[in-house]
Amino acid sequence: MALEGAHASAQAMRQINPDVVAAYPITPQTAVVQTFSQYVADGEVDTEFIAVESEHAAMSACIGAAAAGGRVMTATSANGLALMWEELYIAASLRLPIVMTVVNRALSAPLNIHCDHSDSMGARDAGWIQLYSETGQEAYDNTIQAMRIAEHPDLLLPVMVMQDGFITGHAVELVEVADDTAVREFIGTYTPKYSLLDIDHPITFGAWDLWDYYFEHKRQQTDALSKAMKVIVDVGQEFGKTFGRTYGIFDPYAMDDAELAIIVLSSTAGTARTVVRELRKKGLKIGLLKLRVFRPFPAQELVAALKDVKAVAVLDRSISFGAMEGAGPVFLEVCAALFAAGAAQKVVNYIYGLGGRDVLPEYIERVASDLREIAETGKVKTLVNYLGLRE
Amino acid sequence: MVIKLKEQAAKPERLAPGHRFCAGCAEPIIIRQILNAIDEPVVVGAATGCTEIATSMYPYTAWNVPWIHNAFENVSTTIAGAEAMYRVLVRRGKIPERNIRFIAIGGDGATYDIGLQWLSGALERGHRFIYICLNNEAYMNTGIQRSSATPMGAHTTTSPAGTVIPGKMQWRKPLTEIITAHRIPYVAQAAPSHWRDLMEKARKAAAADGPSFINVFSDCNRGWRHGTETAIEVTRLAVETCYWPLFEVENGVWKLNYKPREKKPVEEWLKTQGRFQHLFQPQFKHVIAEIQARVDEEWEGLLKKCEA
Ligand SMILES: Cc1ncc(C[n+]2csc(CCOP(=O)(O)OP(=O)(O)O)c2C)c(N)n1
Repeated sequence: MALEGAHASAQAMRQINPDVVAAYPITPQTAVVQTFSQYVADGEVDTEFIAVESEHAAMSACIGAAAAGGRVMTATSANGLALMWEELYIAASLRLPIVMTVVNRALSAPLNIHCDHSDSMGARDAGWIQLYSETGQEAYDNTIQAMRIAEHPDLLLPVMVMQDGFITGHAVELVEVADDTAVREFIGTYTPKYSLLDIDHPITFGAWDLWDYYFEHKRQQTDALSKAMKVIVDVGQEFGKTFGRTYGIFDPYAMDDAELAIIVLSSTAGTARTVVRELRKKGLKIGLLKLRVFRPFPAQELVAALKDVKAVAVLDRSISFGAMEGAGPVFLEVCAALFAAGAAQKVVNYIYGLGGRDVLPEYIERVASDLREIAETGKVKTLVNYLGLRE
Repeated sequence: MVIKLKEQAAKPERLAPGHRFCAGCAEPIIIRQILNAIDEPVVVGAATGCTEIATSMYPYTAWNVPWIHNAFENVSTTIAGAEAMYRVLVRRGKIPERNIRFIAIGGDGATYDIGLQWLSGALERGHRFIYICLNNEAYMNTGIQRSSATPMGAHTTTSPAGTVIPGKMQWRKPLTEIITAHRIPYVAQAAPSHWRDLMEKARKAAAADGPSFINVFSDCNRGWRHGTETAIEVTRLAVETCYWPLFEVENGVWKLNYKPREKKPVEEWLKTQGRFQHLFQPQFKHVIAEIQARVDEEWEGLLKKCEA
């Protein structure tokens, strides 16, 4: 089907036919809520759709609904995600398997409706699993897998599925939409362990802790997240067997004998792959790692994937304000992973595409030539660089 | 159905003993009166505040019914989400219909102030739930700060009485009227001193096919500064002075539930509490007159609404 990325997400939601969806419109996610409401209006789903008065209310309703023991989904972007902040933490800490589509968009101010990753990166410590999608197809596939991952009995954790606002969100591409029954079979049925509606076995959700239990509860939560990687890989494999597209933690391209590597999330991977392909033709030993799972962060897996590489460039579509030299969050994680493993690779950071700024192939070519120089000289001239910035 | 005290007392407790409310607090009294009055199974939510803190300290819980706490402002929406899930799971045949009633409980801070948007949204969408505001006229859980329900002239820790300022400068927000403007099936104002009235209101709220709201006057001896044994007396005086009238609005029809035989001066009620003590100093006496004038004006207005 020729679909916009946002519609691909909505298609996945239609096939999942969740029990409750609570959502509020915000560009560029609006297409997801609108499309889904139309499915409700046309009887294509029999979901209870709650058109709430704000994103904070959307996540509040999702939490109440999920605690009541059914499948719950929502979608948002940017300021909407920021308004949910308090509730994101509560959803994860109450171990509620909510699935949320995030169509990435810049955070205000200045107000900007175009793509960068400042919204989902700002939510990175809330305890949600985060999957990033390069294309509408991946947004669709990831959404279906997210339901299985979230509901896995070892996890019971909420999952965010990202795609790039407008770039994939509003771009029409061919998306292979699976058979409804195949999707339904893949996600199966969900039986909650605890439910507010089980009036014969009353349970208390959302108690409060003093110093005597809070710490242990947080430890349990982080333990659960540490089990997520295996579940994500298992579900990605099974998805591959069923639908022909296998998913892992990251997607390596030309990495087998690579001496230089670029790490990037989401749609920019497409541009980067094209450039890498061209450079490979010219004999440069460069590869690409498209990171799919950012939370939990696959530190060991990345270290292993980069072990034979001399220099690594990390592309960040957001800034971690006040971090070392104003670097991006992905870069900081990669540095930490390599350092902790005692690895010796040189690492360099590129901030790009903020507020929807285009990413041109020549920018990636510049990254590649910097990488070559770093590998040759063993020196990183500037740790944090900007692509496509007027200075 | 007549509410018989003997029968009510024999019912199993839904809010169990062993909670940590302060001695003399009205909140557990009110919660028990309400939960006792409702015969259907219930799912209860509470906003952050005294009720939540007093009943849910891990690993204990005082709740013998399913209960959820989410955050300070959104108990209405949280319960609305649970109610939506209940409806869809019954519709899809995944769980049996059990006639469950959904109850959201919030303090005046959670209701009048921070949670008003969430509450208004949930009322507009018509979720079938009962919202109970436990109105102790300040943020008690965090140490007696003013809320928009705090009466004029009251001393709180963020509207302190000083040498030049006589406590809170503004009149309380007319929340019950604001809720009434949402045209939901049932709205009421109640007090635990008039327990039969409160329990009947709880039953009507439970029977309403849509959202319902009860604003319950909830004495806090810590914040109001009086002894631990006088909550019900002080509450009764608030009703007798017409400071806290008991009324209900059923499908748009206003009804006064209690008319004192003799309307007492509001001063008698103010006198019972330390939070108004400063008003009895000569330089602040005019505030008492202002409060009386406002109470009279609101009372007259209410009588008119209930006559029509
Ligand atoms: C967003 C947010 N802001 C502030 C608080 C701190 N807080 C917790 S309870 C509370 C006051 C509760 O007052 P009220 O709703 O009147 O209930 P009461 O405790 O008096 O019964 C406040 C300010 C919070 N938990 N969350």
